[in-house]
Amino acid sequence: MSRNNSKSWLYLLPAILFLGIFMVYPLIDVLIYSFEEGYNFASQTFFDIGWYNFSYVLHDAYFLQAVKNTFLMVIITVPLSTGIALLISVGISSIKPLRNLFQTIYFLPYVTNTLAVGLVFMILFKKTAYSDGLINLLINWFGGSSIDFIDGPYWAKMFVMCFYIIWVVMPFKILLLTSALSSVNQHYYNAAKVDGTSRLRTFTKITLPMISPTIFYLVITGFIGAFKEYSNAVALFGTNLNAAEMNTIVGYVYDMLYGDSGGYPSYASAAAIILFAIVLTITCINLLVSRKHTYYV
Amino acid sequence: MKVVLQNLTKKFPNRNKKGTDVIAVNDFSFEIPDGKLVGLLGPSGCGKSTTLFMICGLEEPTEGNIFFGEDNVTELPPEHRGVGVVFQNYALYPHLTVRQNIIFPLQNLKGADKLSKEEMNERVLEAAKLVQIEELMERKPSELSGGQQQRVAIARAMVKMPMVLLLDEPLSNLDARLRLQTREEIRRIQKETGITTIFVTHDQEEAMSISDVIVVMKSGELQQIGKPQDIYDDPVNLFVAKFLGTPPINIFQGKVKGGKLYLTENTAVLDVPNVADQDVTVGIRPEGFIPDEHGSLSCNLVRVEVMGRDISVVSTHPACENPNVRSIIDADIEIDPESTTVCFSLKPHKVLLFDKETGKRIYFT
Repeated sequence: MSRNNSKSWLYLLPAILFLGIFMVYPLIDVLIYSFEEGYNFASQTFFDIGWYNFSYVLHDAYFLQAVKNTFLMVIITVPLSTGIALLISVGISSIKPLRNLFQTIYFLPYVTNTLAVGLVFMILFKKTAYSDGLINLLINWFGGSSIDFIDGPYWAKMFVMCFYIIWVVMPFKILLLTSALSSVNQHYYNAAKVDGTSRLRTFTKITLPMISPTIFYLVITGFIGAFKEYSNAVALFGTNLNAAEMNTIVGYVYDMLYGDSGGYPSYASAAAIILFAIVLTITCINLLVSRKHTYYV
Repeated sequence: MKVVLQNLTKKFPNRNKKGTDVIAVNDFSFEIPDGKLVGLLGPSGCGKSTTLFMICGLEEPTEGNIFFGEDNVTELPPEHRGVGVVFQNYALYPHLTVRQNIIFPLQNLKGADKLSKEEMNERVLEAAKLVQIEELMERKPSELSGGQQQRVAIARAMVKMPMVLLLDEPLSNLDARLRLQTREEIRRIQKETGITTIFVTHDQEEAMSISDVIVVMKSGELQQIGKPQDIYDDPVNLFVAKFLGTPPINIFQGKVKGGKLYLTENTAVLDVPNVADQDVTVGIRPEGFIPDEHGSLSCNLVRVEVMGRDISVVSTHPACENPNVRSIIDADIEIDPESTTVCFSLKPHKVLLFDKETGKRIYFT
């Protein structure tokens, strides 16, 4: 028994070392940094220990903007992307011809580079000296006036941002949902059919509960992923996100470390800890809510 | 309700590797009288389940018609046929409790059929009482044993008060002891409600023990339909003879010459009047052997198995196709296990002759 135990520890050792050095140690370090007031990078000294870093961050207009942006993105993109992905998956599952083709098409964005996709979105949405962008052409066609989506009003930028995020995260959700849907045993549908169950009721009372673990997984990882949003914002609005009013919490952390106004690891750590607290809270709420509505086989 | 199948055919296009059609059910016609328990019997892949699914409306027949009573229901969707179906793996919704599972079909009813909450609960309780699961109503299917799940599935099928109850391999997921219990249970429920019941099985014992009528199928074609005992005693062909009965019928290669049946070159074992001289396949039921010192069928004794009520004599014979000749005889008769040969005479009505080529029955009395 004990020999087996030491053996298993031996097998786990590489992973434990790796995780310890690159995950656990930095996490603890971040926590320590966040409480060290007036930390100096060069001399590695600090004045005091306390809550000042948190108070600074929470009073920083840029941080508040980033929090607002992030929350908006989360609230808009997670339900929308999951919902639309579910609709598309149901569609894909219910057709027979060209099913593989559609599956491939819907999965393509997943293997496409974020920045390349960002470029495409720029072409679609950006107003330049030469063109108003494809979308504006469409808007003009329907009699509207051009909107600058990239450098224009806040809501337009937020719209493009959310549209972009939804588009990027959808393929993975579609992939998981289609496989979840196809794993529902045909027998249940046969039983429902014999009993004359309407399609809507079959979907809500049988299909949804059966794939609820997958939906739940997608919602939780979707929330976490959306809270950690950063690279997609850069792809659309460039690195100076504060100026564009489109910064995210992770973006704020990055700026505090390496940005033009950076060099403040304490503030960055405090912001990171706040983000951690937010994600933890939301995930706990998710777990509590879903416990009632998720059925595991 | 009487169920009539008329020239029912089901083809599945491009199902096999060659890309040709697979005919699951071929020109199937029979009539199931009202209020009977019918067993659809056949080996795996013979189209029994497809037939059942066509009766309940989940599969559309390629050709032919299905009548319930006088009504042609071929084009009718399942919910309008008034059928209750118990699926092979029960298909109980795992996220719903037993009560929710049973009430599910009732909640689908719309318009004039719509029931009030009280009526629904009453019907659910009635169905639960019928299969004796009143105490399990709040459990999830995963918390039930196989037999209990089976009962819930039957209750769910019966709660709509269907005209016809269909069961797909109802006993195949149960262990041996439960199987005996459950088949009696099915018989009881059928008797109590008088509902026309069709069940699919590949187990001939199961079919024989509870059915009023057995329908034997092979490769999508009807072989024989009749009362269990009649089919056992009087099979129309070699397949049916082989398929029914445990231990299975003993098959010999023999010859008819001058109205006598020969299994070996020289000794005739039985008079078979009115049969032309030809090579035949001979089937002898295990209970058709009578130990007889002067018997004409001489076999090499392998062993004697005592089963209490009777004994099973295992021997070999050069003309026998089975590895062993198995005969069941009365326990009162003593067979010396040390002797090397055992001689039998035969009960004529337990000996069946079949055409060597087609397997069709040849009648000799």
